Amino acid sequence: MLSKILEVAELNIQVAGKPLIDRLSFTIYTNTLLCITGDNGVGKTTLINHLLKAAKSKQEHQSHINFNTSFEAIQVIPQFRNIDDDYPLSIQNFVTLNLIKQWRPWLTSLEKEKLSKILSLVNLTAIKNRPLGEASGGEKQRAYLAQALIAHPKLLILDESTSNLDRESRINLLHLVKTIINQENIAVIFITHDPELVKLFGDVELHISNRHGVMTKLR
Amino acid sequence: MFTYSFMQYAFIASFFISIICAIMGVFVVARKTAFYTHTLSEISFSGASFAIFAGISPITGMLLFTITSSIFVSLTGRNMNQRESSVSVFSAIFIGLGVLFLSLSNKQSSYATNILFGSIVGISRANVTELLILIATILCITGIMFRKLKYISFDTIGAQYNAKNTAWISSLFLILVACTVSVTAQIVGSLLIFSLLTIPASSAKYLAHSVHSMMLLSFVFALFGTWMGLYLSYITNWPVSFFITFIEGIIYGLALAYAKIPNSSNNR
Ligand SMILES: Nc1ncnc2c1ncn2[C@@H]1O[C@H](COP(=O)(O)OP(=O)(O)OP(=O)(O)O)[C@@H](O)[C@H]1O
Ligand SMILES: [Mg+2]
Repeated sequence: MLSKILEVAELNIQVAGKPLIDRLSFTIYTNTLLCITGDNGVGKTTLINHLLKAAKSKQEHQSHINFNTSFEAIQVIPQFRNIDDDYPLSIQNFVTLNLIKQWRPWLTSLEKEKLSKILSLVNLTAIKNRPLGEASGGEKQRAYLAQALIAHPKLLILDESTSNLDRESRINLLHLVKTIINQENIAVIFITHDPELVKLFGDVELHISNRHGVMTKLR
Repeated sequence: MFTYSFMQYAFIASFFISIICAIMGVFVVARKTAFYTHTLSEISFSGASFAIFAGISPITGMLLFTITSSIFVSLTGRNMNQRESSVSVFSAIFIGLGVLFLSLSNKQSSYATNILFGSIVGISRANVTELLILIATILCITGIMFRKLKYISFDTIGAQYNAKNTAWISSLFLILVACTVSVTAQIVGSLLIFSLLTIPASSAKYLAHSVHSMMLLSFVFALFGTWMGLYLSYITNWPVSFFITFIEGIIYGLALAYAKIPNSSNNR
């Protein structure tokens, strides 16, 4: 059964007084991979920020953006992250940073269980104690994915997570995302510039150009 | 040495100061706010000289000044770049004020050196109690917001997207750092406060890979430095803060060497 996660209707977005996106409408369902494509600067990242702000402030009267989930059930893997080479935390400690529903300073045994399950899902168990700063680009992306998953999202947003990866790692990462979509019945928004990935994995494509979005059903 | 009660107090106080510096220091270093901490030390100097001028206890004056300026700094800019410049403006004004208050009060020179370079061997039982209450309060608040603070500090961008109230937690953290600076000032003096807050944590960063182990290691480094410093100062009569910063500096150098040397032989 598919259920609605997010409905956007006639949304206009302006940046610094200039219109960026006009009358955008689309709907996202569970068990779906929605790809957002479009040239650099058409406003893909801005759209995500906009949606997230609406979810955070929970403006019910803002009828243009309708979430069927709470803000806590949305996880974003941002396009840029400031992890430099001497970033000290190990991969597993980085992943658990997102466990913020509890307050106690140490992990509960339930959380530890969850951590080891997710690490093996993204295939990072063998290097879980390696500092994240020393991990490869692909390993970093899987660590980011694991960090998002540990919060049990209903909607997962990946902003160009594959842009620094080689072809094989990209396909592996998307395979993984696909598996998770089916296992957890979640919806994924995947922003990308890679037409091959859209063709191989996308269920729906939202292409943005000239301030307008066009939805295409791919399968 | 321990037959003197002031030495006992000094050792007890530095034990607890090491705990607070280790915990807050790890966050200060992760958030790259060492510069702000440095500025707070100048502001605390100004607060202490105001306290002398107004006839209140130095720690009250320091808390008053550092907390007020933390609130101002978090109001003026969310963005760290903006903060850097607003912070240096504050810093300059407060040093000026500190000099003014000192010259207005007539006790000047000995008090000034106490504020600037620390007066750990001069603290009383009441000072120690005051210190413990403050430290316990700071630790409780940090404990409650520990997980969010950890997220914001070690994954700033991720937390901005995925956590709520990040701005509030950042501001609260700045205030807690302000309190920590005021507390630590008694032992190393306001000129060198930031050394205890930032050097042990920076050293630990090279050696540990979890937040808890970084804190533990920072604590060990801070405690070793302060206790060793007290002991050496006792036998040589040289200032404590000199020994503390010197020891912490050596630890940092060793940690850096340990982290970099095996790396460079592997990679290149
Ligand atoms: N805060 C801002 N102030 C002014 N202009 C902005 C701001 N944020 C974004 N823009 C502008 O909005 C446009 C869209 O930016 P955005 O980052 O959303 O593009 P994008 O589609 O994600 O591009 P890319 O594929 O390169 O990631 C750009 O022209 C950018 O310059
Ligand atoms: Mg973008």
